[in-house]
Amino acid sequence: MAYDKFEILKSTAVPLNIDNVDTDQIIPARFLKATERKGFGDNLFRDWRYNSDGKAIDSFPLNNPNYKGKILIAGKNFGCGSSREHAVWAIYDYGFRVVVSSFFADIFKNNCLNIGVLPIQVSDSFLLEIFSQINKNSESLFEVNLENQEFIIKELNKKEVFKISLYKKGNMSNGYDDIDYLLNKKEDISRFANKFIV
Amino acid sequence: MANTLFDKVWDSHVIEKIEDGPDVLFIDKHFIHEVTSPVAFVGLKNRGLKVMYPKRTFATADHNTPTLDQHLPIKDELSALQVKTLEKNCNEHGIDFWGLGHKKNGIVHVIGPENGITQPGLTIVCGDSHTSTHGAFGAIAFGIGTSEVEMVLACQSIMQQKPKKMRINVDGELNRHVTPKDVALFIISKLSSSGATGYFVEYSGRVFKEMSMEGRMTVCNLSIEMGARGGMIAPDNKTYEYLKGKEYAPKDQEWDKAIKYWSSLKTDEGAVFDKEYNFKGKDIEPMITYGTNPGMAIPISKSIPSSETSDSKTSYKKALDYMEFNEGDLMIGKKIDYVFLGSCTNGRIEDFRVFASLIKGRRKSDSVDAWLVPGSHKVLKSIKDEGILDILTDSGFKLREPGCSACLAMNDDKIPKGKYAVSTTNRNFEGRQGPGARTLLASPLVAAATAITGKITDPREII
Repeated sequence: MAYDKFEILKSTAVPLNIDNVDTDQIIPARFLKATERKGFGDNLFRDWRYNSDGKAIDSFPLNNPNYKGKILIAGKNFGCGSSREHAVWAIYDYGFRVVVSSFFADIFKNNCLNIGVLPIQVSDSFLLEIFSQINKNSESLFEVNLENQEFIIKELNKKEVFKISLYKKGNMSNGYDDIDYLLNKKEDISRFANKFIV
Repeated sequence: MANTLFDKVWDSHVIEKIEDGPDVLFIDKHFIHEVTSPVAFVGLKNRGLKVMYPKRTFATADHNTPTLDQHLPIKDELSALQVKTLEKNCNEHGIDFWGLGHKKNGIVHVIGPENGITQPGLTIVCGDSHTSTHGAFGAIAFGIGTSEVEMVLACQSIMQQKPKKMRINVDGELNRHVTPKDVALFIISKLSSSGATGYFVEYSGRVFKEMSMEGRMTVCNLSIEMGARGGMIAPDNKTYEYLKGKEYAPKDQEWDKAIKYWSSLKTDEGAVFDKEYNFKGKDIEPMITYGTNPGMAIPISKSIPSSETSDSKTSYKKALDYMEFNEGDLMIGKKIDYVFLGSCTNGRIEDFRVFASLIKGRRKSDSVDAWLVPGSHKVLKSIKDEGILDILTDSGFKLREPGCSACLAMNDDKIPKGKYAVSTTNRNFEGRQGPGARTLLASPLVAAATAITGKITDPREII
């Protein structure tokens, strides 16, 4: 088993209402020098979170004590740019288990699913509703139900159904990853390797 | 049934189609580097696994390496450890490692093609989003995350949903002094930085047919900057010509067999794409970016468009604030502090030839710092052999040693805070070239013209 099973998550959320957030912002390249997956959360959004002298920037949502929780709500086209999985490691290490946006970059989305962070794509209008709910009450609760594929704004009792393939849903709810699957396919793989000789 | 080039290559590599799930895709060739591979090897170790086919993986050190004094030990301790860890992992698993000082060392997407590892019809992956570069040869090539690097090491395959298909046609002829980089930036500016997300792109039309292999690599390289998984171009005589005689290319009878197969790799008449775009070569001018994503690009002679043209006004304002530019500003004439020539986008020999053609007989502006970084040791050797180094030196330029360098500023090559850099790289994100650095993406020709004058200059004005 590669990561914790995902069941139902109820949490407050942290809003990051910025579009086109690239993975260089999520974790700048100078923090990619590790040889182990440790401590990336400290540098999550480093240059938006801290000044060059290391002082926290109060206006950035992660530094606002009113915003907490395991859900990150982000503007559209989240995670574009570099394929660095370190971006998702940083998000996970910081404590998020779910990222919600109206649009995700491909590689980022795959990386999330591969390490057990659930990327939830909602409509533009639903995303606006989530942002405005947090704006009204930063302690608003949200519920993620993976089995029913629902994201729920508890106070409004409003929900939106999100898409995830049956295969990936199985992985998330059982805590399996793709290697667990592929290791059972090695015979088929060798057959292919003989077909495509180097 | 009429198939696309993409379908032909993808479908022939599918080991299994999972219902309501991804395809299990066989991977022919795999590149690794020091930054995105160490945790994958830790994963293998934790699971007690070996590399399944070590000879299908090639390793280089590029992202994190210095571009000065490469013969000395790497000063930065963490960088040194990362490179050493890669070497150790490769030795342990029997993977070819081309580290610092090796004559085949260089940027992963430069050395794959120049050694003939990249070939038509292959599936190629690497833990780096610019793996799309290799699509120039009619391969399916794309960037993956570290979990997937571990999958390829362990099982020579990954699990991916088949992307949708897009074709981008650029017909007619290009205007003089319009380069492949301008073609790519033009397309991205039309589609936006997310316009091709979910798609795999095939580039077709006369402009790409007439483009050199180096130019095709630049275009395919930048596919990811509009969100595409990758981009590809059908192989033709230029492709074969480029590969012939390269170390890892097929030889003798194998070569004849390969050509026969490669010739079948094109989109059939009547094949259907999910989306198609048509552009005309004559509409493209030298381009430059003004914002903080590659979609924010305009013809160099134009002024910064108003926020009304943007679909995201808050991001637009944030970008201009970061750049300290205003709506309506003319790009031409803006003062520039740094010029960077290099990267997997524009660090090949052709890029240095183009750069040298403009600066020849002129002097570098004293107000500009210019960093010129070849994409590989082979490129460096050609620069010397072709006399380009002399031209650069005579004009006041210095050459550095190969690597990714200031493209992502993981090593010491960082543009200082607040400074403006015209860069031949692929990303103008905030802080990409160093914390607080301001990047303007452009072609090697625009970079050369700017290095001479110290301000943004249309190369057509001085050639």
